[in-house]
Amino acid sequence: MLVPLLIAFVGIYALAKGTDVFPVFLRGAEAGLHTAVGILPTMIALLTAVTMLRASGFIDLAGQAMQPVLSLVGIPSDCTALVLLKPLSGSGGLALGQEIMRSCGVDSYAGRVAAVMLGASETSMYTIGIYCGHLQLKRTRYAIPAACVADLTAFISAAVCVRWLG
Amino acid sequence: MMNYLWVSLMALACITAGITGRMAEVSAAVTDGAQQAITLCLSIAGLMGLWSGMMELMQQSGLCEKITSVLRRPLSLLFRRASHDRETMECIAANVTANLLGLSNAATPIGLRAADKLYDLYGRRGTPDEVLAFVVLNTTSIQLIPTTVAAVRASLGAQQPFDIMPAVWGASICSVLAGLGAARLFAHLGKGREP
Repeated sequence: MLVPLLIAFVGIYALAKGTDVFPVFLRGAEAGLHTAVGILPTMIALLTAVTMLRASGFIDLAGQAMQPVLSLVGIPSDCTALVLLKPLSGSGGLALGQEIMRSCGVDSYAGRVAAVMLGASETSMYTIGIYCGHLQLKRTRYAIPAACVADLTAFISAAVCVRWLG
Repeated sequence: MMNYLWVSLMALACITAGITGRMAEVSAAVTDGAQQAITLCLSIAGLMGLWSGMMELMQQSGLCEKITSVLRRPLSLLFRRASHDRETMECIAANVTANLLGLSNAATPIGLRAADKLYDLYGRRGTPDEVLAFVVLNTTSIQLIPTTVAAVRASLGAQQPFDIMPAVWGASICSVLAGLGAARLFAHLGKGREP
């Protein structure tokens, strides 16, 4: 119920502010379509790799291997590989995430945890690379450890929040 | 980085398949995966377009600036040095706004500008704690509406694609607090060594 209200609010606000609402929306929507189509080549590459990895049984094995640790915090074993992949690659994370949602069921516990993990975390290593590279920092000091703490917290609290908040 | 990651994912699949004896499944997965990519991208395109349009409206109507000005005050508590410099604070707040709204295309350029200005305040030497805190903040996700994930959920036939939002917010808040807390803690622990 939040989403339709938000859409209506933005529309009314923009109209009240004298924005040329319809053309502006179309311009933005076109940019969004470009994004969706633009990630296609990346998704072809990564979904192929991820589907292969899943079919080979690797993801299940990794899940079983890390199960004792991850089950302590309630992360389902199906989501294990996502914990490893998401900080490294955003589109890889998305590819694996959708594969988990598809095979476990989009509204299943594992499927929902995967979705929340994707929504609540960023591609940290890539981000650090961009910012530190741009600033030409010689040492990143604690940037990577702090980002790892943030990611791990996001993954653990994703499982907790799905149980509490649905 | 992507070179190694992509190739090692596929190599790992082949090695594992060799051990588990599931080569046939893996070769079926090759065609399946490539096809899935098309289905995925086409089925999320509608929602992505819709949101991108709404975001453009938010930017053009001045709603983004409004959010930015609300965020400036709490953010200046986090970035003490920058809080005296209006322009830097402006960039930091705009970056956080863009992240909140999921405008990742806008967030990175403005974020880099903010990081530059912040680094300038420190004379562009060493690796100041406030700059690192800003980088760490950007490695956490603080998105209000997880558009892409919701679009993927919708494409897979979820009952209510957006109903994961409260859980995403909860996990995001925990992650932001943990990231900034860890940065603060590491900064404190390293004080003796870093001038």
